[in-house]
Amino acid sequence: MKESCTITSYCTIRDNIAIHDGRLLFESKTKNFNEFASGLYRHSGISYPKFHKMDNLCKLGFLAAEILLKEKNLSYKYAGDEIGIILMNSSSSLDTDRNYQKTISNRTDYFPSPAVFVYTLPNVVIGEICIRHKIFGEGNFFITEKFNPSFVFNYISQLFDNDFVECCITGWVEISGNNFESVLFLIEKTGKTETGIANFEPSEIESIYNRK
Amino acid sequence: MEQLVQKLKEEIITSLNLSEMKPENIDEKAPLFVDGLGLDSIDALELTVLLEKKYGLKIKTSDEGKKVLYSVRSMAEFIRKNNKG
Amino acid sequence: MSDRVFITGAGIISSIGFTYEEVVSSLESSRSGIGRLMHIDSVYKDEIPFAEVNASNNELKELAQVPGSGIFSRTSLLGLIAARQALAHSGTENITEYRTGLISATTVGGMDRTEKFFSKFLKDKNHGRLRDVITHDMGDSTEKIAEACGIRDYVTTISTACSSSANAILLGSRLIENRMLDRALVGGADALTLFTINGFNSLMILDRNGCRPFDNDRNGLTLGEGAAYLVLESEEVINKTGKKAIGTVAGYGNACDAFHQTASSPDGNGAFISMNKAFMKSGITPDKIDYINAHGTGTKNNDLSEGKAVERLFAGSVPPISSTKSFTGHTLGAAGAIEAVFSIMAIERQCIWPNPGFKTRMSELGFAPVTELNREMSVRNVLSNSFGFGGNNTSLIFSKC
Repeated sequence: MKESCTITSYCTIRDNIAIHDGRLLFESKTKNFNEFASGLYRHSGISYPKFHKMDNLCKLGFLAAEILLKEKNLSYKYAGDEIGIILMNSSSSLDTDRNYQKTISNRTDYFPSPAVFVYTLPNVVIGEICIRHKIFGEGNFFITEKFNPSFVFNYISQLFDNDFVECCITGWVEISGNNFESVLFLIEKTGKTETGIANFEPSEIESIYNRK
Repeated sequence: MEQLVQKLKEEIITSLNLSEMKPENIDEKAPLFVDGLGLDSIDALELTVLLEKKYGLKIKTSDEGKKVLYSVRSMAEFIRKNNKG
Repeated sequence: MSDRVFITGAGIISSIGFTYEEVVSSLESSRSGIGRLMHIDSVYKDEIPFAEVNASNNELKELAQVPGSGIFSRTSLLGLIAARQALAHSGTENITEYRTGLISATTVGGMDRTEKFFSKFLKDKNHGRLRDVITHDMGDSTEKIAEACGIRDYVTTISTACSSSANAILLGSRLIENRMLDRALVGGADALTLFTINGFNSLMILDRNGCRPFDNDRNGLTLGEGAAYLVLESEEVINKTGKKAIGTVAGYGNACDAFHQTASSPDGNGAFISMNKAFMKSGITPDKIDYINAHGTGTKNNDLSEGKAVERLFAGSVPPISSTKSFTGHTLGAAGAIEAVFSIMAIERQCIWPNPGFKTRMSELGFAPVTELNREMSVRNVLSNSFGFGGNNTSLIFSKC
């Protein structure tokens, strides 16, 4: 890539813990996602009533982004349309699709839920994060079997090289029932940041993703 | 009527996932769709589903919905008028 | 400096035709595909019109040239038909001769089969055939197409609601510009399902009279189904093979509206940004746009939001604009690609497609869409918009080469 970039922050939510830049932020004994998410929400100290209306995929992505961006004050450094957000997972919105499907499965007890239906698209999590953090830049959502560090590197590099973004949030947001995992990265141009976790390159992305 | 209003408040909180709200915080005469409760167009649709599911009452158009869903009280009156509450 | 991206083939199947030529003929004769639901047993079939592809799954299997015993979702059948057409149209004989990728988009995936399974399974866990579920994943239709077309170098699936296949075109173009691929088959497919019929109906945005984009009395969208793909190739491949291109992808832009999960902002902020980005990327100025193929779903919200953004961007001098969703309905994940093909058709035939069903100009806007087929104008540059739930807005610019 033309200009080097840095991973300036990352957040991992997996196995009932939340980690920010290598520091344990929150831990819960529960195996139930709803309880975990409520606990993490309360721990974060934010007040955002719309959180409770989100489906689980959005809650997961929202919380991961909240942790990732907490002390970053991105709006200070970048205009809203300079920040991109590229996410991926393997199950799309299947978790919510199942919930919605239940509301239309019985012809005699037939009440399709509009509030659930609007979340039966994986990219709505991008919408929720953008609304919260006032991000207007490019967004895309990919469905891949596994998290692919090379794919992430190649795609995001092109965005920076072609001046489509000045800063980018990217990563994996996956949930199915009580199996959930999210790893988000914040990528900035090396010249524009004094601190950093690691160089933005496939081996570092993979290493951070795999960190427990 | 008061019992119906109280029941409605609880049902609204549950069906709209307003977990940070308690029934006593909702003013039954106040407009539902202002910043206070943060209700939006999707919430309006969920409330029409609530009316159909719990009270068997159908709202056909969004204009009719605007009148019926104005406040908790107008919802209760709509239910009462149709002898369902 | 990026390389130019050429379009060498287009394939399409929709409610207005099973082939490129049939579709053009329908557009030219203002023949809409909106009508009664025939192939799905919905409680709304007598109440709400839809734009269905007029073929049963078995008929689609024959068209897709797959074995009758094969397990294919309706989405992947539609996708296979359009993808094969696009490759044939491009005259591509040896797919492995150059680095070729497939970027396919969908929103419903194999839901048409899964929903049949689920309703049986919910009642009794011993019922429901598992073969109805194995095609569910979004990636299934992509993989079926990749396999049928022999594409191995790069295969991925995009799912961003109604902008999905426009984003597939965007990504394919970018990969070619950056010399990571020589050729890309890009587009999307979506079939009608009870899942989406009921979902959109619960949002009260299905017009019982059929959609009327940009009309003051419009009352919602009409759901449709279909698939479309483009073959994109690099300048180097064009020069080496001597292929004739039917257009170029001159520019693209994507932005987030960041307003609401499903509604668009009143001033069309996201739309404004995505269209502006497409202009910046292409180097083409608004006054050079000859035709806008709008997202124009016919909902009160979209048409106002998009209309406001268009007026602002074109500073009052709005070029001919129409929404072809009054022909094909809103084909969700396939819409971006289907309308990209309509944009290419407009350039090829030097036509501006009309907006059937329109009667009264919107009181909030200063422009009205085109209502009659127009062959008098020179069509060099076409802007095509696709805006999805989640505020994912994509604008593409296609040019004559």
